[in-house]
Amino acid sequence: MFLSYFTEQPMSAYPAEEGLKEGFTSVMFSNKYYDPVEGSRLFNERIEEYKLAEQVGFDGIMVNEHHNAPFCMQARITVMSSILAAITDRAKIVQLGNPLPTYDSPLMFAEEIAMIDMISKGRLISGIVRGAGQESVCLNANPAYNRERFNEAHDLLVKTMTDDGPFSWEGEHFQYRVVNPWARVLQKPHPRIWVPGVFSAETIRWAAQHRYPYISLNTPLHLTGDLWQIYDQAARAVGYEPGPENRGYLLRVHVQEDGDKARENAREFMWMQGEFTGIGHPYWVSPSGYGSSARRLDYAKMANAEVRGSRAAPFEQQLAAREIVAGTPDEVIAELRVVLETCRPSILMLWGNDGGVNHDDSLRCIELMGTEVLPALRDMGDELGLHDPIELDTPVSLALTPPDELNPIEEAADERPEDTSDSRALKMFR
Amino acid sequence: MQTVMTTVAGLEMRELAGGSGDPLVMLHHSFGNPGWMPIHDALADHYTVHALDLPGYGGPEGSDQPNWARHPRDLALIVGQWLRAKDFGPVELVGCGFGGWVAAEMATMAPELLRRLVLVGAAGLLPEQGRIYDQFLVSHSAYVEAAFSRAEAFEDIYPRNGDDPDEHPLGDDTLVVWDMNREMTTRVAWKPYMYNRRLRPLLGGVTVPALVVWGDSDAVVPIECAHTYVEALPDARLVIVPDCGHAVDLEAPEALAAIITSGTATSGGTAQVTGGEA
Repeated sequence: MFLSYFTEQPMSAYPAEEGLKEGFTSVMFSNKYYDPVEGSRLFNERIEEYKLAEQVGFDGIMVNEHHNAPFCMQARITVMSSILAAITDRAKIVQLGNPLPTYDSPLMFAEEIAMIDMISKGRLISGIVRGAGQESVCLNANPAYNRERFNEAHDLLVKTMTDDGPFSWEGEHFQYRVVNPWARVLQKPHPRIWVPGVFSAETIRWAAQHRYPYISLNTPLHLTGDLWQIYDQAARAVGYEPGPENRGYLLRVHVQEDGDKARENAREFMWMQGEFTGIGHPYWVSPSGYGSSARRLDYAKMANAEVRGSRAAPFEQQLAAREIVAGTPDEVIAELRVVLETCRPSILMLWGNDGGVNHDDSLRCIELMGTEVLPALRDMGDELGLHDPIELDTPVSLALTPPDELNPIEEAADERPEDTSDSRALKMFR
Repeated sequence: MQTVMTTVAGLEMRELAGGSGDPLVMLHHSFGNPGWMPIHDALADHYTVHALDLPGYGGPEGSDQPNWARHPRDLALIVGQWLRAKDFGPVELVGCGFGGWVAAEMATMAPELLRRLVLVGAAGLLPEQGRIYDQFLVSHSAYVEAAFSRAEAFEDIYPRNGDDPDEHPLGDDTLVVWDMNREMTTRVAWKPYMYNRRLRPLLGGVTVPALVVWGDSDAVVPIECAHTYVEALPDARLVIVPDCGHAVDLEAPEALAAIITSGTATSGGTAQVTGGEA
């Protein structure tokens, strides 16, 4: 199993009452409430926690980026990845993910990740995402072309990593007279690409068709069977047999010696879900043209709702459904066994700390994960046959799979709509 | 009134046409044309009115989306091809809000297709003081409501029906059409939002008379843009409609029809007319 540590890096020091008054805490929630003194402290605490995560045995450190919102402090995933490249020496740097369509220069991005891959001595896993709708608003990237820009930036990125320059690129959305960066990825043929998501069938299929592992972001456990069915069908159609090596899962997990304290801290996971403050308006989260046209009415109804419903399921309900796992190491290990047996991922991201969980508790959580939870998970992974793509040395993509290994199987057409995003997960992550 | 489909540039373009007399073409706001409206009836007494759905607007039954279009000027080029295909001869071109921007672009490129340019709360120019209200930061309904100075005027056009709990009070069909229209607006006007720095230098080439009409309570496009249009167009007159918001065509149709049909646009000067229909 590939076991990775994650935190959203919450800017937990902002005045929550101002967010409550405003009714939302993203895009337009004023940064006059951002205290850079606290920001500096929080960044440096997170860096200490990442170092510890590596020391106690995590295989990877997962980082992400969001914009104009306190729920995630990282505005540039490549900045934090660069820091990790320098201060760690074993753990993989797992970017989940780079919001490709919001970048106006995929070439500049390709230069950045090549530098990170070299400085980290080949430890980069460079995940890619479309970016939530509000990221398009914050960075003023046209949401109606988000999918097109994603596809084109991906193609350009892969070509830049695998082909010698100079070449020119004349795309629909990006044009370059010369592509010839003097920075090249160390890993050959290129660093692994993983694709995180919240159950958009369109993205699941896209990942499967490219043979990129799909990392399900805390999708309710009972829905993961459907999710992998979509993935597996698309994988077989392009000619390979998928397995746990294609599956990742991110789960909120908090551990302390005292189970009650763990559960109390775990309530802080609700901080981001809008239990205390709203995150953003639906017309930011899914701007017109961003989502699948099959879901147009649903999104328009959400955007124009005259009464807003509660955003998150209650904490206790999420705990019962194992969408949040918290307790003593033994309690957590027992719960995670059910998760592994149900979801069967080979890549597991433990989202350890959020909201106002303090630095000492965060460190202790990471330590207990390392000393008690990770070894148990590795045993379970072996027992359940959950072998990750690095362990199995699977091809990094379909394009780089030897053709004689592929055997496409036509199956009945999948009748599912393109966008099946779970609305609750959608509110949390998109 | 009848629905007419015409193919130009490989696109099926829809118009609602009615009335009799010289041709008058109306271009709608970014939220689309809600149908055959009182403004069309009022103008149909004097003109043959062609209420055209801009390319990519009007919902599932509307005009086809040109997936290559990246700017309102592209839409203006399609409208130009449509006018040539229709072979009306010079038309009265009335553009409202976003449609006013497209009309102004059209007029700079092919003034010979026009008899007169009428801009109603037209977007297209960057205000120096104020800011064009950004629909992408608010919901569809909040944006359309902002185009009216009076809530009742909005509700006359978009009535709320509370009967069916599964349906949005404004109507699911309305939401779908609004969203398709907003998507098309996103495709061509996301950035920069609702203006083109390359428009004003070309307005001097609009050789036909122009009439600029603005609601005095326009909360979408600042009224300073009206003055800029009048300064930049060689032969333009400004008429300000009191007690009226951005969507003069929908909020004060009788007043707008009277302004348009009162005839001659003479250059210079600003007029106040009485009466939005309160």
